[in-house]
Amino acid sequence: MTAFSPNRVAAMCLRHFYTLRRSWPRLVEMAYWPTMQMVIWGFLSQFLATNSSYIANAFGVLLAGVMLWDVLFRGQLGFSLSFIEELWSRNLANLYCSPLTPLEHIVALIVMAFLRASVGVLPAMLLAIPFYDFSIFALGVPLLAFFFNLLIMGCGLGLMVTAMILRYGLAAENMAWFLVFLLAPFSCVYYPIEVLPGWAQAIAWALPSTHVFEGMRAVLFDGTFRWDHFLAAGALNAGLIAVGIVVYVFSFARARKLGLLLQVGE
Amino acid sequence: MDIVVVDNLEKRFGAVCAVGGISFRVAAGQTVALLGGNGAGKTTTISMLLGLLLPSAGSIRLFGSDIARSRAAVLPRMNFSSPYVDLPHRLTARENLTVFARLYGIRNPAQRIAELTTALDLGALVDRRTGSLSAGQKTRVALAKALLNKPELLLLDEPTASLDPDTADWIRHYLEVFQKETGAAILLASHNMGEVERLADEVLMLRKGKIVDRGTPDDLIYRFGRQNLEEVFLDIARDRRVAELPVLS
Repeated sequence: MTAFSPNRVAAMCLRHFYTLRRSWPRLVEMAYWPTMQMVIWGFLSQFLATNSSYIANAFGVLLAGVMLWDVLFRGQLGFSLSFIEELWSRNLANLYCSPLTPLEHIVALIVMAFLRASVGVLPAMLLAIPFYDFSIFALGVPLLAFFFNLLIMGCGLGLMVTAMILRYGLAAENMAWFLVFLLAPFSCVYYPIEVLPGWAQAIAWALPSTHVFEGMRAVLFDGTFRWDHFLAAGALNAGLIAVGIVVYVFSFARARKLGLLLQVGE
Repeated sequence: MDIVVVDNLEKRFGAVCAVGGISFRVAAGQTVALLGGNGAGKTTTISMLLGLLLPSAGSIRLFGSDIARSRAAVLPRMNFSSPYVDLPHRLTARENLTVFARLYGIRNPAQRIAELTTALDLGALVDRRTGSLSAGQKTRVALAKALLNKPELLLLDEPTASLDPDTADWIRHYLEVFQKETGAAILLASHNMGEVERLADEVLMLRKGKIVDRGTPDDLIYRFGRQNLEEVFLDIARDRRVAELPVLS
């Protein structure tokens, strides 16, 4: 078995950089939705700040929620779309006939998820400062903990989506767009977990995202960083990534058995 | 030295037998052609050699290693070109070649791409988007990709599909030169009988996943009493045995 090669990971990132640098509509689209979300939720926050003690106590709680939610969504989408691009261009067989290993491919997809999520949410985060006098960067170091936990969760979900696409072809492509929203009600992005009924809380605590958003509210309302939530999110993410890699490798082996790598498509 | 040793290779998809127990070898510097109609098992065989498809039975040894266990070790020493795969359309030909040069660990990608640009006459095309190229031009770029790592084993699935006769002839000449210079083994699947007659040292005639005949192009033409390989192909595709063939005047 050949050793893991950072150069091959870099080659895959270069491939996506080439695609993105001359496709300004893609770059605009990446930043467009997070920015629009920020604008809408910003106005709503301004309204609720004078009509709701919850918002008045921490003006940015909805804005921070929507921005961090987009880190998760854009991370998952960035991972999945970078993979789907290979199917759209019928390039997957070329890649898997080269020395590129599935693990190197996965690492490259994680790097691309980070870059795509950053390009997507950074403009919204920066624009919120002049628009609403709210800086998510005021969260300080905990923001990094939230950002990376949500990004890793997005990649874990992306692994599941790509595994499904490997198995079922582009017919499963839409999962890239809706899978993460299945988890939104349980992630408690805009409300505390106590709002959920008991059975739903059990599901919510099993999601890394719930711990991130609970941790975010702790910083905004109480000014405290909840290590318990941080560690729980990290542990759950480690499990999610491990399961995701196993599912991906299993799907890859299955695709090789069924001959799907050459014919994966609609 | 045998670069490829295929022994009793079989691939089944449920009840369908795509490749039914074929065996062959390809030595360094040799070109072996897989010839057969649609669904004969040519692309399936090549896919198994590339490790894209797992065999149901049998074994494949490349460079002396079992591909089932040593896929990662042998892939850097081989390459392929097929009309069934493509390169990203939004990237220029040069960008695509750069990405694959890095994937194959080429030490000086720019220099190797420049060599191939000259050799395959890609000068005017190399900085155009791959998606804007004609089918024939894309085939030349795909061939450049296949030659980036100077493969010791080159798998070519219909390498001159979509090319005009002049360009196709030029490509065949280039492949001959490449093989002479490098001693590479070439496994070729083609519907172009003229191409096979010109390039192949041995022809494996496939029908319904089995090798129904084999030999040098001249040997097959002689044994079937035909004028050329295309007539031999039609005899085999239509299941006419040597004894049933009309006597040549």
